[in-house]
Amino acid sequence: MPVLVYTESDKGGFKKNAFEVASYASELAKSMGTEVIALSVNAENPDQLGAFGISRVLNVTEDRLDAFNAKAIASVMRQAVAETNATVVVTSSSTDTKYAAAILAGMLKGGYVNNVVSLPESTEPLVVKRTAFSNKGFAFTELKGEPAIIGVSNNAFGAREHAVTANVESFSPNVSDSDFGVKSTAVDKASDKVTIADAEIVVSGGRGLKGPENWNLIEDLADVLGAATACSKPVSDLGWRPHSEHVGQTGKPVASNLYIAIGISGAIQHLAGVNASKTKVVINTDPEAPFFKAADYGVVGDAFEVVPELIEKLKEFKAQNG
Amino acid sequence: MKILVCISNVPDTTSKINFTADQKAFDTTGVQFVINPNDEFGLTRAMWFKEKQGATVHVATVGTAAVEPTIRKSLAIGADEGIRIDAEPVDGLFVARQLSEIVQKGGYDLIIAGRESIDYNGGMVPGMMAAMLDMNFINTCISLEVEENKAIGVREIDGGKETLETSLPLIIGGQKGLVEESDLRIPNMRGIMMARQKKLTVVPPVDAAEGTLDVRFEKPEPKGAVKLVDPENIDELIQLLHKEAKVI
Ligand SMILES: Cc1cc2nc3c(=O)[nH]c(=O)nc-3n(C[C@H](O)[C@H](O)[C@H](O)COP(=O)(O)OP(=O)(O)OC[C@H]3O[C@@H](n4cnc5c(N)ncnc54)[C@H](O)[C@@H]3O)c2cc1C
Ligand SMILES: Nc1ncnc2c1ncn2[C@@H]1O[C@H](COP(=O)(O)O)[C@@H](O)[C@H]1O
Repeated sequence: MPVLVYTESDKGGFKKNAFEVASYASELAKSMGTEVIALSVNAENPDQLGAFGISRVLNVTEDRLDAFNAKAIASVMRQAVAETNATVVVTSSSTDTKYAAAILAGMLKGGYVNNVVSLPESTEPLVVKRTAFSNKGFAFTELKGEPAIIGVSNNAFGAREHAVTANVESFSPNVSDSDFGVKSTAVDKASDKVTIADAEIVVSGGRGLKGPENWNLIEDLADVLGAATACSKPVSDLGWRPHSEHVGQTGKPVASNLYIAIGISGAIQHLAGVNASKTKVVINTDPEAPFFKAADYGVVGDAFEVVPELIEKLKEFKAQNG
Repeated sequence: MKILVCISNVPDTTSKINFTADQKAFDTTGVQFVINPNDEFGLTRAMWFKEKQGATVHVATVGTAAVEPTIRKSLAIGADEGIRIDAEPVDGLFVARQLSEIVQKGGYDLIIAGRESIDYNGGMVPGMMAAMLDMNFINTCISLEVEENKAIGVREIDGGKETLETSLPLIIGGQKGLVEESDLRIPNMRGIMMARQKKLTVVPPVDAAEGTLDVRFEKPEPKGAVKLVDPENIDELIQLLHKEAKVI
């Protein structure tokens, strides 16, 4: 019966989404009148999950899992499901977790949905609300198979503090060589930057910025806000920015609290990937740009004038408001 | 090398999405269907393997006769043979089971699927197949090289990329990056003519359970009008973001 939640960590520290999914799982378990159990892998302080309502943690310490491996993580999750008899598994929507969760779903042959935006609207039957059609619609999906795997959308639920004492038990699943048929040989990642997936604020630039030499505007604005940087598809196709920054229907999905689009027209494929963001600000010279119809706040103006001004004013604001 | 490209038939990216009056289904009226963009990148990469390394390329779609134009389009782009599994693609688990059956019978070395279908955004079929077939799997794959039995793939990770080494048989969930945007092919007349002669096999589905069922759909709330801020008054924008939206 219990709800099992996979809490992701990186180099020993929990990721922000770990606290979000822990919060989601503990509230879900409460509404189902059942226990919530977290699975953590190589986290240094698994008891931190107690702050988010987790009273029991299966803690795995295994050197071979220091670098993420999807199949091995899926296999560890499967063994944790067997150990706990969990009927619901909660996971995040990070790239790594989605990779592992799909494998897990194939192993368990239960039901799997991701992009879930809220707690289930009913638990018997289990029906969740998720985005579909690239944010152009919502689907209410019944999870028929057991166990049910729920992938919670980033930033959709938030971390909700509810302190309990976490009892940490060590858990030693079988990790075998056959899990490592795919081996990581190199990781190329800017470690000092917030990622689009984790960011609460994303600052994004389009072709309106004219060229890569002007990207300091985007970066400086992102710096003041502690935001991740992103771009429209043509910007990455032109090689002005790396592909990993391309957002939209065919790029990375964005579900931040604040999305600032600068010199981006707002084509339907772009909007489809960023519409899940809660507040959208558009800066564009063209008052007819379609993005204004999808935005909460807009400035009709030249990015080269508006953005430097915005950076200065934000610095003053930050200085005053800490 | 024998490659199977799994093609999902989806509404064109510019489609307006509507649901039927009872909200129970996607309303396909007036909707143009295309090859799922993630699969189109994969299919184009498969063409490269065909032309440079002599691979054979088959495509498979789980769907009713309505998906045949999309399969023909894949053949016109250059795939050698098409397979249609004659069933409504109910959910990811069902589709993965059907495609796994095709893979097992056909003895493919490389299975190219997409990171996700842009309609139902399941993001699960290739991963499920990897588990069902116990094959190596690379998701969000943005580059793939195959030499004999060895494969080197690059996958997108949050904030960067990771290089992976593995061996065939292999499944990937591909996306933009697998080939350059400019390498995507629009079928030409000759391709379209040739596609008509190519083999398109229709096979019945195997029994398979479903894991999920979409019970109803909803459109997002219509957006209120945008609040415009004078570019001369950026302080107002900051105040709105701070006090009203509470995001800074
Ligand atoms: C199958 C398919 C999938 C696609 N997927 C995606 C996707 O995932 N993501 C994506 O982004 N696109 C995607 N696209 C492309 C999309 O259709 C648009 O072409 C693209 O989003 C446009 O990018 P842009 O807004 O940067 O450029 P443009 O459309 O050229 O817009 C530039 C904007 O900048 C403004 N501007 C110019 N100068 C200034 C200035 N000085 N200050 C302020 N504003 C200025 C202009 O008014 C204009 O609105 C896809 C297309 C297809 C066909
Ligand atoms: N009905 C289908 N027929 C063939 N392949 C499919 C089908 N549905 C999904 N796929 C493949 O699985 C990938 C991921 O789809 P999904 O899990 O539905 O988001 C797609 O990009 C396709 O490669």
